[in-house]
Amino acid sequence: MGNKQSIFTAQQLDAYQDCTYFTRKEILRLFYRYRDLAPQLVPLDYTKQPDVKLPYELIGSMPELKDNPFRQRIAEVFSEDGEGNMSLDDFLDMFSVLSEMAPRDLKAYYAFKIYDFNNDDFICKSDLEKTLNKLTRSELTEDEVKMVCEKVMDEADLDNDGRLSLEDFQHMIVRAPDFLSTFHIRI
Amino acid sequence: MPRDSLIASDNDADITLEFEGGEEGGHKERRHREKRRDGSKDRRKRGNGRRRQGSRSVERENEEERVGEREKERKRRVKKDQEAKKRDKEEGDRAQTRSEKTAKAKKNIKNEKRRRSEKEGEAGERTEKGKKKVQSAKKEKSVNHGTKDKTHEEKKKKRKKVLETSSEQETSEEDSEDKEDSEDEEVKPESLSPEELEKLKEAVDDKKKLIQSLRGKPWPMKKKLVTLRESQEFLEKYEGALGKGKGRKLYAYKVMMMKKWMKFQRDFENFKTACIPWEMKIKEIESHFGSSVASYFIFLRWMYGINMILFGLTFGLVMVPEALMGRPYGSIPRKTVPRAEEASAMDFAVLWDFGGYAQYSVLFYGFYSNQRAIGWLKFRMPLSYFLVGVGTVAYSYMVVIRTMARNANESGVGDDNSFNFSWKMFTSWDYLIGNPETADNKFASITTSFKEAILEEQESRKDDNIHLTRFLRVLANFLVLCCLAGSGYLIYFVVRRSQKFALDGLENHTWWERNEVNMVMSLLGMFCPMLFDVISTLENYHPRVALQWQLGRIFALFLGNLYTFIIALMDEINVKRDEEKIVKFNITMWEASLYNGTVSENFTAPPITIHPADVPRGPCWETMVGQEFVRLIISDTMTTYITLLIGDFLRAVLVRFLNHCWCWDLEAGFPSYSEFDVSGNVLGLIFNQGMIWMGAFYAPCLPALNVLRLHVSMYLQCWAVMCCNVPQERVFKASGSNNFYMAMLLVILFLSTLPAIYTIVTIPPSFDCGPFSGKNRMFDVIQETLESDFPAWFSKVFSYASNPGLVLPFILLMVLAIYYLQSTSKSYKEANVELKKKLQMQNEENKKKNKKAAQKALMDLEEARKVALESAGHQRNNNASYQGQQAREMQPATRVPRTINHRSHGNPGYLPNFPLQNETMIRRAPSLQRH
Repeated sequence: MGNKQSIFTAQQLDAYQDCTYFTRKEILRLFYRYRDLAPQLVPLDYTKQPDVKLPYELIGSMPELKDNPFRQRIAEVFSEDGEGNMSLDDFLDMFSVLSEMAPRDLKAYYAFKIYDFNNDDFICKSDLEKTLNKLTRSELTEDEVKMVCEKVMDEADLDNDGRLSLEDFQHMIVRAPDFLSTFHIRI
Repeated sequence: MPRDSLIASDNDADITLEFEGGEEGGHKERRHREKRRDGSKDRRKRGNGRRRQGSRSVERENEEERVGEREKERKRRVKKDQEAKKRDKEEGDRAQTRSEKTAKAKKNIKNEKRRRSEKEGEAGERTEKGKKKVQSAKKEKSVNHGTKDKTHEEKKKKRKKVLETSSEQETSEEDSEDKEDSEDEEVKPESLSPEELEKLKEAVDDKKKLIQSLRGKPWPMKKKLVTLRESQEFLEKYEGALGKGKGRKLYAYKVMMMKKWMKFQRDFENFKTACIPWEMKIKEIESHFGSSVASYFIFLRWMYGINMILFGLTFGLVMVPEALMGRPYGSIPRKTVPRAEEASAMDFAVLWDFGGYAQYSVLFYGFYSNQRAIGWLKFRMPLSYFLVGVGTVAYSYMVVIRTMARNANESGVGDDNSFNFSWKMFTSWDYLIGNPETADNKFASITTSFKEAILEEQESRKDDNIHLTRFLRVLANFLVLCCLAGSGYLIYFVVRRSQKFALDGLENHTWWERNEVNMVMSLLGMFCPMLFDVISTLENYHPRVALQWQLGRIFALFLGNLYTFIIALMDEINVKRDEEKIVKFNITMWEASLYNGTVSENFTAPPITIHPADVPRGPCWETMVGQEFVRLIISDTMTTYITLLIGDFLRAVLVRFLNHCWCWDLEAGFPSYSEFDVSGNVLGLIFNQGMIWMGAFYAPCLPALNVLRLHVSMYLQCWAVMCCNVPQERVFKASGSNNFYMAMLLVILFLSTLPAIYTIVTIPPSFDCGPFSGKNRMFDVIQETLESDFPAWFSKVFSYASNPGLVLPFILLMVLAIYYLQSTSKSYKEANVELKKKLQMQNEENKKKNKKAAQKALMDLEEARKVALESAGHQRNNNASYQGQQAREMQPATRVPRTINHRSHGNPGYLPNFPLQNETMIRRAPSLQRH
């Protein structure tokens, strides 16, 4: 039965399986990954649903994330408090969305949130500039950045309001050939 | 127990099932049944109605059995109704226990199995019904479940109970053996109408769907968990184990298989990339130097692959058989170093020049003996040698042409650039990267790709004075032509002069006069490309186009180089053949003297044994040609490597370390670091390959040498690029297909096979060396094989088939077929271009319309806002809501044109080539067609 673990109750595991794209094994593995970040903070018994949160510094230091220029955004988007401090639930949520099995629409929704730096539900020029600078480590000149941002707006902004709504973003991302293959983390 | 049988056994189903829930409640049953009796007629009607919706099989069964069962049924119902009153109290407990059980059963298959065996029938029947419901409910759009359910909760409770009873009724009718009927739910039939029932079913289905799709909801985990719990509870209450059986297991199985399949695909993909040599190196170079530099290395790798196959052919079918099965070294004169050279045969200088022992080995044509069959395998050596020579060329043609065709195909389809920048921005970072070095490379490559894209964009925006550019381009071409003509004349002049010197005898000329041709060649090869480079700045082309022009010009220059070499070689061959005639005559004289005037026929058993080294022999022009080519390849390779080391590495070292003690900035100023010279390297590679093709027939070792060279230069150049070159100032995107390189390669292939074929066909082979010695022409080996190795009829057929009367019509037919195919492909291409244009126009139109609509909507909104503001003076409070409403109304207006558009224009634009995967994409794609 594989019920030796006493971290979660069976119901909890079932519920997690219903809410994520993971099997029970993967959920347990993720839990251990989570716990390894701070063994002194995370209890081994989750049946009583303790309120534990790991600070962003720990989450961001995971090898899967530490080289990602958007790690802070990812943590912020998936954490409940928006500060990047993650509970186990948030943690599972994050990797579920970034897993291979998650559908395109879901991924697109979260990608939009990640690239929406100022959380105003639109990707505006300043968001684009930030994204670009993170992607290129600010190696493009100002003119180039400006031009690229204009091009992006020109291409993807369908309703011409000078910013990308979620709908615009989804329209654009749905046809991207390698969005699915790049927007995922193997764990 | 297998699932199917469960479903089939509807009849006895009900009993066990409700049992599990309420065994203890047996005594209450009676009351329940009594109560029921009153409403039995009503219920039956309803039940029938239900059944009608349901599957036919159930219905049929029911009809058959109903008559017989009615009596029993009534009795049973009396009992049942009696308990109904106590039900209410029990209800709560039962729901709890059940919810626990079902929660476990949901995912845990093992648990489920056990459970299933407990309540076989119920699950069976219910899943069937559940399916029906799902089918009916599928069309309905999902509503907001959470709110709906809560509001309707009370009502539903009642409704649900009726539902249960009606189903009970159904089954109890069918039951023949069972006394204890389902005692489960309460009966409150009076409060229910059929529509409400339907609604309830829908609600239940919605819940189930919700649970299934929960993981795909963009909610935080807490919300998901809460929703899950709520809907599970709801389901527990009203649906029991409905839908938990087969569907779930199948779903779990599917998910598992999908995961396995994905993992397999991933591993396979990894394996495939791992199998491609130097992929990581090239990726790294591409990320720092852009795709144009990477295209050179990809070309190099491709060339390496071809040479591997050529090497396999010559090595496996020519060199190894001769070395293993042919006569050993020293057995016959052609396999022995002559007496005069023996002393120096092992010297390094001689070996380096491929003389001495190297010359008399399998590496060269002359070593092969003309035995028809060698070894115990009866390997047809001369035939194999000839066929490998032909096969090498044929294979090269095939590969080059096939690659060109494939590249053309790829570029024909064209890539969709409508979201070029957006995709670069949002999908270029690979979230899988978990290694700082890879991340560095990725940053570099993204920056480079952005730079490339920016450059493309700027180029497409640029429109200068067209007349001036045109004039400058013509001028540049004129200048280049002058250069080429001048260098051509210079080469011609020098070659003529050197021939004159050669006639005089080389000894009485200076070093310069002796090496004039080579020096002039290399000087031209060094300075003309620079000149071309300067000239090409006049033209103001896009760097990619400029690179192609540059390549074409240097190519033309090098051709002259190549052909002077060939002409010189031909002269030498003629000289050797004259020499051969004399030697032949001398040998007859020598033999005559040896055998005292009688030219012995049985040369194989001479009375006096002469060591093969002492036998006089001809000059063997084939080996000489082979040696020339090998020497050329070696010296070419050496020059490449040395220039690489001095020109790039030493320069980089000097610039780097002398910089701080120099009077000007070396890094930014004059010497600076070198850029990678794509055109020169590509041409070097191509001409090198031409040499291989030309010389491989006379020196079977050439492909092997080339493989070695390519292998070394792959590593050396990769290293040199990464350590001492700087990226070009204008990083540009290489054209997707390397067809320009390929075209040059094809031209070179053709040009290099010409002389080889010419020598094979027209010049008779040497009389005492090589596999074809003693024959009049090299291709006679085919005829010989036909005559002696095949049955007589075959050679007859062959001679008929090679009759010009047959061959000419055949060739004509082929030409016609080629013409036909070409013209059809042309028309297809035109149609393609036309379609593309149309698509683009439509897309632009769509976009314009969208923008217009959006602007209009915006203006409307503004107006509305103004109006609102005007009236805002006195009623501020209403204002906000009014505006909000306006905005909400405007929203659809902006969207409408788009949907209309994609109905009317979008569909023709949808091409099957687009990689659309799921349904949503297909639905959306047409509205997105923008090129």
